[in-house]
Amino acid sequence: MDIISIKGLRKSFKGRRGKGRPALVEAVRGIDLSVAQGEIFGFLGPNGAGKSTTLRMLSTLLAPDGGSATIAECDLTAEPRKVRKVIGYVSQAGGTDPDSTGSENLLLQAGLYGMHKDAARRRTEELIEALSLTDFVDRFAKTYSGGQKRKLDIAVGMVNNPKILFLDEPTTGLDPVSRSQLWAQIRVLRDMGTTVFLTTHYMEEADALCDRIAIMDKGLIVAQGSPSELKAAVQGDIVSLTVNHVPNAPAIALQVLKGHELIREISDEGGSLRLVVTHGGEALPVILRLLEGTGVGIANVALSRPSLDDVFLRATGHSLKEDAIVAASPNAAHKE
Amino acid sequence: MKFFKDLGYVFVRNVKGTLRNPVWLFVGFFQPILYLLLFAPLLKNLAGVPGFPQGGAYTVFTPGLLVMLALFGTVYAGFTLIDHIRQGFLERLLVTPANRLAILLGYILRDIVTLVIQSAIVVCIALPLGLKVSATGLLITFGFMILTALLTASFSYGMAMVLKREDSMASVLNMIATPLMLLSGITLPLTLAPKIIQSIASVNPFAYEVTATRSLFLGNFTDPSILVGFLFLGALAVLAFWWAIRSFRRAAA
Repeated sequence: MDIISIKGLRKSFKGRRGKGRPALVEAVRGIDLSVAQGEIFGFLGPNGAGKSTTLRMLSTLLAPDGGSATIAECDLTAEPRKVRKVIGYVSQAGGTDPDSTGSENLLLQAGLYGMHKDAARRRTEELIEALSLTDFVDRFAKTYSGGQKRKLDIAVGMVNNPKILFLDEPTTGLDPVSRSQLWAQIRVLRDMGTTVFLTTHYMEEADALCDRIAIMDKGLIVAQGSPSELKAAVQGDIVSLTVNHVPNAPAIALQVLKGHELIREISDEGGSLRLVVTHGGEALPVILRLLEGTGVGIANVALSRPSLDDVFLRATGHSLKEDAIVAASPNAAHKE
Repeated sequence: MKFFKDLGYVFVRNVKGTLRNPVWLFVGFFQPILYLLLFAPLLKNLAGVPGFPQGGAYTVFTPGLLVMLALFGTVYAGFTLIDHIRQGFLERLLVTPANRLAILLGYILRDIVTLVIQSAIVVCIALPLGLKVSATGLLITFGFMILTALLTASFSYGMAMVLKREDSMASVLNMIATPLMLLSGITLPLTLAPKIIQSIASVNPFAYEVTATRSLFLGNFTDPSILVGFLFLGALAVLAFWWAIRSFRRAAA
């Protein structure tokens, strides 16, 4: 059964592009989506793809410009109050109050969900136990490490025992250990029956953690399915080829290999070539033979199964890795 | 019932937040105290000048000081909200089914209570220095303080929701609050001012408030400024509050 179904959801912002010219930025350009009960659903895409905007619309924090959505059998725009009762939402910033302790944070949230004192205390204790917050829950949240703060953020989002938990980039900025702990915890939430809807710009995360994903780019969903389905759809193997020895080696190699019947796609990625072939074992010797007479040397060759990045590249024409590098530079740090 | 509970939760959290970072309390408070100790004595020799209101330096100056405290003490309340927006704390409150009006009031009530306490302290410091005040007048003055806090805090929260940045917020608020203060006769009575300034000031609600609270301190309850000021401020407060709650609701559908 689908716990979330979205049809044609849209949102634009008045923004500035270039030299202060006001322009309408279409953050989400009409998306259709459905999420089944009890799955971990991932929204994968580069920064600015419209993931957070979609999440904020689904959590009633932002009014859509158009389209409709049903969340746990409630209409998103007509019954936002009902929706709020059954969802939890953890923004990218988190939302814990640094000037309060972990327990105070949890009790405040429980109060706002209308729980009575005893029920609030019981629920708080449950969450402290389930998310192992015991060691630090009585300290002020401003003293927490990144991982501890994230745990509390998620506990706060779980106070009302939501049917759906929305997590906006839950692991961004976490060290690898905290990240894998968080993955484990998210799986526990799923096993307890919560549907988890998260956004991420890490392919490995979408691949390892999510039951199903939607790939989003420039406000549109470009692919949807389970990670293995999506990768299988790329069909074939990926050959990465690093060439050298002669000037313009990549260009020469590209010239020679292009159009061969065994090579389905080929592209130059800044000095190394990326080829999609139907069957790696069959194509590799052919490729090497073709290059032999050209003077082009081969520095490195690797054969791999398609990754989600290949899925992304195929759907959008650009690599998610490149976007990640751009996004990591300070100039591109600002978001939406 | 749920409304008052929600209001209570947000109010208690904000009071705790203020008490745990008391710096802001003192910053807002420091300026009026300085004026009281370092500026008011200068007025003593002016008290005989034609056009200077009756009642002596402190009785003329303290009401103005309270209005200044109300204006500058609460107009920056929105900074807390910007901080809360950035930390995701506001979204976290808004994603619950809690009443939006109650959440906003939970913020404003904190500002009102803070202002009332600060005002009481200023009056207590001014009393031994020579302030004479009618008890009923002081009580009504506190009513004025509450209304002013409602107006300026609502305005400040509304601006915070629109601007979402401390730097632009600081300049906009300064640009609005400083002329309002200068044109309200807080430091020196407007009766000393040239006609042109007096006529500009006649549309400034805070000018009425200063005149009104001066009359209230003297126990002169028949001064029409009291009613005019009350209605003027009341209307603006309602307007500002409506605007703030609208931007609150719009931020979260």
